[in-house]
Amino acid sequence: MTIRVSVQTTIFSMDAELPRLMQGGQEAGGVGAFLGVVRGGAGLRALTLEHYPGMTESMIGRIAAEAQTRFGLSGCTIIHRVGRLTVGEPIVLVLCLAAHRAAALDATAFVMDWLKTRAPFWKREEFEDGRTAWVEAREADDIAASRWARDGRPG
Amino acid sequence: MEGVPVITILYFAWLRDRLGRSSESMPLPEGARCVGDVIRSLAGREGEYQAVFGTQGGVVRCAVNQEFASPEDGVRAGDEIAFFPPVTGG
Repeated sequence: MTIRVSVQTTIFSMDAELPRLMQGGQEAGGVGAFLGVVRGGAGLRALTLEHYPGMTESMIGRIAAEAQTRFGLSGCTIIHRVGRLTVGEPIVLVLCLAAHRAAALDATAFVMDWLKTRAPFWKREEFEDGRTAWVEAREADDIAASRWARDGRPG
Repeated sequence: MEGVPVITILYFAWLRDRLGRSSESMPLPEGARCVGDVIRSLAGREGEYQAVFGTQGGVVRCAVNQEFASPEDGVRAGDEIAFFPPVTGG
């Protein structure tokens, strides 16, 4: 089982991350993947992501460990970028290595739902006209995360 | 100084913007036993603190020593207490 967690300003590469994830996963049958990018529209120019150093890594590590236990993963990579990111730039990468498709895809959704509600990140929007505004938490994200709350949640 | 109980407080996102600082070290308020006591002490300050921790206190979240916490959770000298809005990562 390989868990890799990184919070970084620099860009990540799926090509580089896949072989790292596959190490030690001889019996794996597939990789669930989510690559999030900064969504444009409504005059958005960029997002600046702030986080709580130390707590962020520890919470993401717990989310990965929970996904590993719950879905029987043989590998999990979670990379989240911080700092200023312009529209279209990659922001988050989740890779879940499992024996079968359902576990790989479910684990990926599980990790994303928990990242949005339990990892201490905050987004500030920057618009073309120079305005900035902190993004407000979405109730829909809490509802999405609560569907996994069967037997406790990471944290 | 020996014997002066101190806590570290961190502020993130719009709380930091509003308060104009990202951290501070302060004596544990006298008689303070839980996070709620610290919040009440901060709300008693003048200016933005009163607004952030008093009238808008309902949307402020917190962590003690990097674990999510609620106002009923205990605080002790040496603790790191963080205040922030609901998270918006992913």
